[in-house]
Amino acid sequence: MAAHGDAPAAATGAGPARSGRPVAEAAHITKRYGETVALDDAGITIMPGETHALVGRNGAGKSTLVSILTGLQAPDRGEVRFGGEPAPRLADRDAWRARVACVYQKSTIIPELTVAENLYLHRHDLNRARLINWGRLRRKAAELLETWSVDVDVRSPAADLSVEQRQFVEIARALSFGARFIILDEPTAQLDGAAINRLFDRIRSLQEQGVTFLFISHHLQEIYEICDTVTVFRDARHILTRPVAELPRADLVAAMAGEATGLQEPSGRKPPAAEAPVVLDVRGLTSGDTYRDVAFQVRSGEIVGLAGAGGSGKTEVAETVVGLRAADAGTVEVAGRRPKPGSVPAALAAGAGFVPRDRHHQGFVPMMSIADNATMTIQDRLGSAGFISNRRRDELAEEMIGNLAIKTPGPELPVMGLSGGNQQKVVMARALANDPKLLVLITPTAGVDVKSKEFLLGKVEEVAEQGTGVVIASDELDDLRLCDRLLVMFQGRIVAEIPAGWHDHEVVAAMEGVNLNA
Amino acid sequence: MPETKTALAAAAAPPAGQARRGGRIRLARLRDLALIPAIVVIAIVGQIVNPIFLQGDNLINILQTMSEISLLVLAQTVILVTGKMDLSLESTFGLAPGVAAWLTVAVGSGAGLGLLDGVWSVPITLAVGAVIGALNALFIVRFGLNGFIVTLGMLIVLRGLLTGISGGQTFFNLPESMLYLGTALWFGVPVSIWISLILFAGGIVLLGYTRFGRALYAIGGNVDAAKAAGIRTDRVLWIALVSASVIAALGGLMLSGRLASVAAAQGDGAIFTVFAAAVIGGVSLNGGKGTMFGAFTGILLLYMIQNVLTLAGVPAQWIQALNGAIILVALVLSRLTGGKAQE
Repeated sequence: MAAHGDAPAAATGAGPARSGRPVAEAAHITKRYGETVALDDAGITIMPGETHALVGRNGAGKSTLVSILTGLQAPDRGEVRFGGEPAPRLADRDAWRARVACVYQKSTIIPELTVAENLYLHRHDLNRARLINWGRLRRKAAELLETWSVDVDVRSPAADLSVEQRQFVEIARALSFGARFIILDEPTAQLDGAAINRLFDRIRSLQEQGVTFLFISHHLQEIYEICDTVTVFRDARHILTRPVAELPRADLVAAMAGEATGLQEPSGRKPPAAEAPVVLDVRGLTSGDTYRDVAFQVRSGEIVGLAGAGGSGKTEVAETVVGLRAADAGTVEVAGRRPKPGSVPAALAAGAGFVPRDRHHQGFVPMMSIADNATMTIQDRLGSAGFISNRRRDELAEEMIGNLAIKTPGPELPVMGLSGGNQQKVVMARALANDPKLLVLITPTAGVDVKSKEFLLGKVEEVAEQGTGVVIASDELDDLRLCDRLLVMFQGRIVAEIPAGWHDHEVVAAMEGVNLNA
Repeated sequence: MPETKTALAAAAAPPAGQARRGGRIRLARLRDLALIPAIVVIAIVGQIVNPIFLQGDNLINILQTMSEISLLVLAQTVILVTGKMDLSLESTFGLAPGVAAWLTVAVGSGAGLGLLDGVWSVPITLAVGAVIGALNALFIVRFGLNGFIVTLGMLIVLRGLLTGISGGQTFFNLPESMLYLGTALWFGVPVSIWISLILFAGGIVLLGYTRFGRALYAIGGNVDAAKAAGIRTDRVLWIALVSASVIAALGGLMLSGRLASVAAAQGDGAIFTVFAAAVIGGVSLNGGKGTMFGAFTGILLLYMIQNVLTLAGVPAQWIQALNGAIILVALVLSRLTGGKAQE
């Protein structure tokens, strides 16, 4: 068994020559929830000033460790220390907040309140009459944001913030409590490439100012870009802690997966024949400033990538194809039919299936069962005259669960009880339920673990081999690797078409609007 | 003034954000004052319809008619801001003074028991309100039941209790102390108007300028974030629910005083007007949004329109249908001015 706990971590923690006591350390932590062991004698040591990555597949114990490190839960066994001192009592929230803060994927910002109030919620400045002094509160908030150079108007409602701005505000709030150790839980999951770069710039500059980060991510590329040290958890155990520079990608993936599988290599799938029928024909598609004159074709069995940074219009084009929005001009033809623009039912009827951008918003109904969610698009096949046969539904759902290897005790489980990867599989199952001639996927692997990611992309290839035309709109290179060709969008136009076999830098440059040959 | 200071600070800020800043402030203010133009229009229309509309007596009449139900709007607003709702307020409005009358009114006068002296009537009314609020809080906060259904059940139970103790009859010959709030004048203006205005002023300060008030918004906006900020959410909800019921009981007491009686149906159906006033006034049914001032303008607008209709000589039989229509029109208008879908 690989060594677990603190010993190796402490030994190698000196990766980028840091000194002093660890900012935070958790040693020999065990945590059980009933039968499930969430953490088994695991630990982590985070040295001051470093950016430490914590990786592991879903269920590896990352979230449990975070909740123990932030004092939301007590470990069954083991100890948490900050700067060498034992952790405060769980009830002493202020003491915890002064030591550690976590920016969760799920926002802890209250959208209805202003940015200023969110920053100083429940510690408002009071005047002599014990009433809130809004003027001073706003000034303090503005000063705080200025100190950490966050350019946000403190009077705007927090609902108006972008995901990126919200994270910056949450980081600033954490710093205002005095914490200099910040946990970022998949901060890049909902950001586009440019925003990720800005986040990384900020992390680097804060790091220079003495802030330590624990960075949780599914994207290995990011870890190599931003982190000094990486800790891998697998199956509730600590597997390794190593300076990032000394750990090749393949080894890291192997440590996470527990087997030596690299990320998806381009498979031997043959490109579709030139005479294969066209399943998607987009002509002159224009919608205000979002995208202009977009035209492309997808043949049966072909996988076409629609690459582009956030705001490039790739998502909007994909959404137009499946009827989630309507264009001002231009036509969309799916398998020879022209579905009514802006109508999802029409697009589905024409033979389109799709995985929407944000599974939480558009992908599924969290409280409904897997069976209900997966068969939502094919209810006409479940019975006649508007009635639904539950038996038929469960049969179909069982089939899909098997087909997509969804980890669940049965089709009746509500989707919200599943992990991110399995939720996305349910969304995929729904997209595939009506045997689409055209499959449109929008950032299909966002917030999904490596294993599920490979599986989902493998499934896409399988579907393509059976003759479905596929469009993948994404800025995630791993999603785009299996494409037969890439259409790169920049500021609303298709600026490049890149055949398979590209280099990463080529695509990234095109997405960022940089011409390498110029 | 804090306002002028922040204006200076804003002026000193980098020019990029300046235009946006100004726009936002104006917008935020506008939302709060969204109903003022409508109120002005109604005032003008009213004056054209009947020149007595803007006379002091008529204005006092409007304010007094709405004073009791305005307390329900106030109470409901506090609860709506936290993202909950309390339908049973309208029954509390009847039952609380009903119980007081039942215990203090002399035997032989309706269903009165004459068990206690009249001076007890006001404390009893408020205590009944507090007990009902605590019961609601117990179900909703402690046991985590759905607030809509709990208070719907309470609405029915409480109404039934009032019918039960009164035998479906009206309590008359109320003790002197119950009449005071509904009949007395302070500086020539009915006490109930003073109470309504003072409580709303207090409500504006409470919701806008105290940590407790802001905690209500935080809970309504994102309860997990509120907890993470150290707000004791359960306790805040308890206080909100109990005080809302006490205020509803006070409103009922004021109405009983004005009418010198407690009818078995006192408050019946009032909750619809209360919700309409709150939503028209910009309070979100989903919590976290709305101001006390907005809620006040909401109920004021509804009662001004009713008054105009009466002055215009609209037959009483038609008033109810028009009331419903007005609520719908007002909602459409506030949707248009507010710009966002009402939740």
